[in-house]
Amino acid sequence: MAQTITIDPITRIEGHAKITIQLDEQGIVRDARIHITQFRGFEKLCEGRRFSEMPALTARICGICPVSHLIASGKACDALLAVRIPETAEKLRRIFNLAQLVQSHALSFFHLSSPDFLLGMDADPAVRNLVGVIQTNPQMARDGIRLRQIGQQMIEWLAGKRIHPSWIVPGGVAQPLSAEKREQMLASIPEALDITQRAIAWFKNTMTQFSEEIQTFANFPSLFLGLVTETGALEHYDGVLRVVDSAGNVIADKIDPDDYEHYIGEAVEPWTYLKFPYYKPIGYPEGVYRVGPLARLNLIDRCGTPRADEAWAEFRALERGAVLSSFYYHYARLIEILYGLERIQQLLNEPDILDTRVQAVAGPNRSEGIGVAEAPRGTLIHHYRIDKDGLITWANLIIATGHNNLAMNRGILQAAKHFVKGDQIQEGMLNRVEAVIRCFDPCLSCSTHAVGQMPLHIQLLSPTGEVLDEVRR
Amino acid sequence: MNQPVRVKTLKIDGRDVSGREDETILEVARQNGIFIPTLCNLEGLTPIGACRLCLVEIKGVSRLLPACVTRVEEGMEVYTQSERLQKYRRMVLELLFSERNHICSVCVVNGHCELQSMAQILGMTHVSVPYRFPRLPVDASHERFVVDHNRCILCTRCVRVCDEIEGAHTWDVMGRGIDSRVITDLNQPWGESETCTSCGKCVNVCPTGALFEKGKPVSERLKKRQFLPYLTMMREERR
Repeated sequence: MAQTITIDPITRIEGHAKITIQLDEQGIVRDARIHITQFRGFEKLCEGRRFSEMPALTARICGICPVSHLIASGKACDALLAVRIPETAEKLRRIFNLAQLVQSHALSFFHLSSPDFLLGMDADPAVRNLVGVIQTNPQMARDGIRLRQIGQQMIEWLAGKRIHPSWIVPGGVAQPLSAEKREQMLASIPEALDITQRAIAWFKNTMTQFSEEIQTFANFPSLFLGLVTETGALEHYDGVLRVVDSAGNVIADKIDPDDYEHYIGEAVEPWTYLKFPYYKPIGYPEGVYRVGPLARLNLIDRCGTPRADEAWAEFRALERGAVLSSFYYHYARLIEILYGLERIQQLLNEPDILDTRVQAVAGPNRSEGIGVAEAPRGTLIHHYRIDKDGLITWANLIIATGHNNLAMNRGILQAAKHFVKGDQIQEGMLNRVEAVIRCFDPCLSCSTHAVGQMPLHIQLLSPTGEVLDEVRR
Repeated sequence: MNQPVRVKTLKIDGRDVSGREDETILEVARQNGIFIPTLCNLEGLTPIGACRLCLVEIKGVSRLLPACVTRVEEGMEVYTQSERLQKYRRMVLELLFSERNHICSVCVVNGHCELQSMAQILGMTHVSVPYRFPRLPVDASHERFVVDHNRCILCTRCVRVCDEIEGAHTWDVMGRGIDSRVITDLNQPWGESETCTSCGKCVNVCPTGALFEKGKPVSERLKKRQFLPYLTMMREERR
């Protein structure tokens, strides 16, 4: 008999979502969808507020990556002021953004996904969590917690507090860096680098046990999109947009981020609150592209720091052309942590990093501003329009998780087809479907501009839509 | 000819205190280190008894009276901290919070707001009435300042400082009851006001984020109030 499986809520992700898997008469998976079940409406409630409040206002979208919103919003506000911010302010913002990358990636890899790698996809859900990791491999749990702490601590040293700091302002940053904080930050880096290299070595070894998952976790040809530097190196703060295809060929390059609307369209489906961005030159729904760590490592010609470059070369050798399996998002995340730490070290050693000129002062000079940066999960776009007094009349936010929406849906269908057989539903099968979503480390609070932490619910539906079976955590 | 000032003796919360006959209960309480909460009151401006936070109980008087505009009298017995008063004060705050859109987390004076700190001091943990979420405008037409009606509690400190200290009387109040709103000149955009001298006194006396200066990050807007006692003192000396 045909049925639908619903996984609701999805666990160990950031936000609220459910998955439905439709089976046909023979119990074969026909379709699978991820439904984002939360709605927030930030774009609307920003209207009428003054542009200078936007960094702090949009940072409230998320408690995990407020920094990413602060950065993109700060840049959109710089565009409204029509200023180039002081060099030191830009470097400090870069460090801030990379510290966020380190802590967020550490959270995704160690806290949310490592239970699957360490204890296995089929392990009892009661132990397949961070507590299970602490019991099985305390060193790894300590490493993860410490690495995230280092990233968060850097954010606090720069901005005064870890969550929702108000340090990013239109035109730069509110406070310069002190010599003391700089030394503290530099001193914490060697330990973080050791942890990261230990994790990379462990994961490379562990990955070999997951060949079935690697083959089926959102492993399909798609485009990849993200920022790169003018010379094609890894970039998270500024730069130009690049698009590569599944063979690794650059199909669009040096796109001014201000022109994003020519390349990215947004489609809406009635069954989810998350929109579906697509690559406009190809159209909807064929224009599937992926963003985030995997995409970024597929886009670039090199990372730009020694240890990360070494790790990246090994990573790109995994597949010919672009690395297509989304399982490798985890691997890419670790390499990006390595890059982030090395780059923070470089920036902190720049001679002008303690300069006290950190804010360009101006009033609103343009009516429209776009800010694009790479958040941990991918390209983040803030786009504002203001009236003559600087009040927001229109805002558009495209969040990293949104870009990946088409790919996530396609990915769970692929995994569900491979692992889920209607006559014998087992928890481990469903966990694999969830684990596909976890590869993307989606932040649904952000992408629906929504709230909360991510539990999961899977529903098994009949062809007529009747709920036949449910798994709920 | 100057008449001698008479001194009155009274009890506040059981303590024997004394004050000049032209002083209010609030003034005498403060001189004696007795805390009575206020929001609309600001030393140097005429008290108006609008916010009702300073309500006190007086023995033999059935009504509650605002301490900021009630003069001391011989033999008065004043109570400032009864359970009933604390309940009323919290209710006043709850009504203020529910009336407009006070979103502390993204407010420009988060951490430096008198309404916010008063809620903490008086132990307001919930707002038990439904929020009204009115749709109110932000006027950013002035070159340096912004008025955000979402955060205004109608204390009228801006109106009084502009009238009594600056002498411009740019600010006033229009409408009645819950529809009241502070306005500049004849309800025209602040940036188009002909009387405003852009002195910024209103911004500095505002207890909330309703009036603020452009160009400073959220939660870093400190109000500078030192000017008020100086100016009042100078004027009194010249008189």
